[in-house]
This record gives sequence, C-alpha cells and structure tokens, in this order.
Amino acid sequence: MTAAPAPSLDVRGLAYAYPDGHQALFGVDLTVGHGERVALLGPNGAGKTTLVLHLNGILTGGAGTVTVAGLPVGKKHMAEIRRRVGIVFQDPDDQLFMPTVREDVAFGPAAAGVRGAALEAVVRRALERVGMAEFADRPPHHLSFGQRRRVAVATVLAMEPEILVLDEPSSNLDPASRRELADILRTLDVTVLMVTHDLPYALELCPRSVVLSEGVIAADGRTGDILADEELMARHRLELPFGFVPGSVA
Amino acid sequence: MGAGHAHKLYRDVRSPVHELPPHTKLAAVLGFVVVVVSTPREAVWAFALYAALLAAVAAKARIPAGFLLKRLLIEIPFVAFALLMPFVVPGERTAFLGVSLSVPGLWGAWNVLAKGTLGVAASVLLASTTELRALILGLQRLKLPPLLVQIASFMIRYGDVITDEMRRMSVARRSRGFEARGVRHWGVLAKSAGALFIRSYERGERVHLAMVSRGYTGTMPVIDEVTATRAQWAYAAALPLTALLICLLGWTL
Repeated sequence: MTAAPAPSLDVRGLAYAYPDGHQALFGVDLTVGHGERVALLGPNGAGKTTLVLHLNGILTGGAGTVTVAGLPVGKKHMAEIRRRVGIVFQDPDDQLFMPTVREDVAFGPAAAGVRGAALEAVVRRALERVGMAEFADRPPHHLSFGQRRRVAVATVLAMEPEILVLDEPSSNLDPASRRELADILRTLDVTVLMVTHDLPYALELCPRSVVLSEGVIAADGRTGDILADEELMARHRLELPFGFVPGSVA
Repeated sequence: MGAGHAHKLYRDVRSPVHELPPHTKLAAVLGFVVVVVSTPREAVWAFALYAALLAAVAAKARIPAGFLLKRLLIEIPFVAFALLMPFVVPGERTAFLGVSLSVPGLWGAWNVLAKGTLGVAASVLLASTTELRALILGLQRLKLPPLLVQIASFMIRYGDVITDEMRRMSVARRSRGFEARGVRHWGVLAKSAGALFIRSYERGERVHLAMVSRGYTGTMPVIDEVTATRAQWAYAAALPLTALLICLLGWTL
C-alpha cells in the first residue's frame, strides 16, 4: 500500500446495454486522481450520459466495476456513494425541485440527517462558494439561467462530494455567465469530471481530457494535445469552434 | 422578488395576522368554516356577526376591502347555482315583484350564499396573509399525508415552468401561422396538450433522477420546522372561538 489517497474515481471494464438491447458502453476504463479536473469529451450518442449515471449507481447491472475513493458502487453503500458523487445535471430546472434556493441546497444534507444550525451553516457555505448567498430565499424560477446553474452546483457542493460531475456545465450560458462559472469551478477544491461539447471550456478548465467514443475510451491525455490532434478529433466527430487554435491559448 | 411576491393572492404587508405561524391560521380558518356551516340558516344575525368578525381580521391584517371583494368574485359560478334555487325548489311559494318564488328555495339560496361567501372570504384572507410556501409548511405541520404535501409543493415549483413551456408551444404554433378559431382547431390544441403532458412526464423522470442522486429515498427531509407558541395559538383561535360562541347563541336563541 502507498500513502497516496485512493483515486476519486476508478472505473474498470464497465459495459452496459439498455433493456431494449442497445449497447452503450463496451468496457470503459477510467481513473481520475484526487483533486484532478478531467474533461469527458465525445460526440452525441457516445455513451457519456450512460457512463455518468453509472458513477452514482443510478444505472447498474452491466459488467465491470466503479469505485469512488475506494468504495465500490453497489447497493450496500448507495447513500454514501450518492453523497460522494455530486452530479450536476444539464437542465437546472430538473436539478432544482424545491420551492426556494435555500431548501434546494438543504435537500441533500437534510436527506443525510443534518438538521438545524448545522444545516443552515452547510447551506450558507455552499451558496457562498458559488456567490449566490443573497438569493437563498428566491424561488429558482425567478433566477437567470446562469444563476440557476450556479445554484445547481451549490446543491451538490452542500453534500461535500468527493467528485463533482458536471453534465454540459456551459450549455445555454451567455459568455459572461460561462466565464463566471469557470471562475467558480477553478476555486473549488474538489475533483471534477466535466462532460462537455465545449472544447475551449475543457481546455480552459481541465488539464486532462478523455475521449469517449462508441462506448470506449478512445483517447486520454493532455487536453491541449488532444485538441491539437486533428486526425483524432475528426475520427470522433469533435470540432473546434471556427478560428479557435488550441496552441494559441494553452 | 421574494418567494411569495410572485403570487397574485398574497398581499405582502406586515401585520400581526401575517406573522402568525401558517398552521395556526390553517386550523383557525378550518375551525371557522366548520362553525359557520353548522350555524342554523334562520339565525340571520349570526351571519352578519361572522362577516363583521372577518372584517375585523381583514382590518387587523391590513387587507383593503376592495382587494378582498375583488378576490371574492371567484365565487360567482357557485352563486349562479344558488340563484336558481328559489325558482326550482318545490314547496310553499311567495310573490316578489310579481315573480313567484319558492320559500324553501329562498332559504336554501340564502344558506348557500351566506355560508359560501363567508368560507371563501376566510380562505381569501388566509391566502392573502400567508405565502404559498408557508401554507405547504403549515399543512406538513398539521400532518397532512406527506405524499399530498409533496405533490402540492411540486405543483408550486413546476407550475411556472410548465406554463412557460405551454407559452413557448403556443408561440411556436402561432409562428407557423396557426390561429385557434373554432372547433376544427381543437385537434391541434389537444395534440399540444398531449405533447405537454409527455414533456412534463419526462421532466418528472429527470427530476426524480436528480432527487435520487441527492439521497432521496421516498420521504422529503424536514428542512424547515414551523413552530407556534401558546400565545400564537390563542391569538389564532380567537376567530373560530368567537364564531363558536355566536353559533351556540344561534342555536339557543
């Protein structure tokens, strides 16, 4: 045994077919070290969402294993796994289901048994980390989209996750909100797995990227190298925005 | 905008009535309505006193009469039914301005009108002094089945989201030249309603996924506990208890 902490996420040989027979994952191997920020890239239909839903045990039953900070995902530790893996879904209106921001952020910790002043403190801190503390008593519907996305991140941070999984964090954000979210994500002291089509965003935030294509990890390396590999990019239907040259910013 | 400002029924002012815990107000209104309904309809003066009681509450809550009366209009469909009774109920008849009216029908109409109006007025007062969110907490505190509380709470959260979706669909229809003019267009509207249902259903599935991901196991965790002191209960009880006194007088006099 070494003294290094167990990796935040360890996926081994993960394969999964949906009940209708459609096979989405064909043996995924992925290790994300503690404190790393990794982008998960891949074309539509590559199996990204399916992989994400395996990380906290929403989907199980295929082949392979998922381990979160040393704890295997399975029925036995489901509550702890769901605390450790914080998934921020793409549509904040799905993520924010309580009548006020404060209650929504409190939901996870309260479900884990936190009450009273301790709960207040957790909520306050999570909202402060995303700069939304003064909006605690607003209903989510009255926030801008960018603000809702930030609150969605707070709902997950309140559970002190081992790993933060973001599904398309920059989608539908205007450029300013997109940058504000990036600033926030950079300050968080937590492992991040970011599923995205926004390649410049991946380059900006994640030193490492993996490409998921047709249900397997097709590439794994430095984000700058992957984005610069034109042949690899073309093979997996990944495209940079017009005029964007990865080497010029990295 | 605060949590309750969005709702048209709520009137955001500070008053002793606004500050009462929601479950005491709910219990008071329920008690008041039960008492009103149990009052004999012949005790006309009792209903006048009930109305005076509500007026006193409204004054205390700083709800203007105009605001209250406008919101009472919701009662109209029920009133229409009451107005029919003097014409259709069989029994002893009397003439008023040359129109023959049934006496039991008139009493029946009075009964429905008076009790209905008082009940609606009490509910309007409750809604104008209590935020929707607080009402839900109050119902939870009064031990309404948790499933019903959850459904009501999700209705509040997603009402606006679904209305928005509905509006976007309507804009999309009109942008493609559709104008609902007659029966022939009902098919299109029905299909839109179906599509809206399916979208909402799928959203429900996604929301459930998000809930499960954050540790939901079938019961909502208690986040806000509303509590009331004895004094607050006593204050809220003033309305139904005074009404009860009037009701008892109505039965004995």
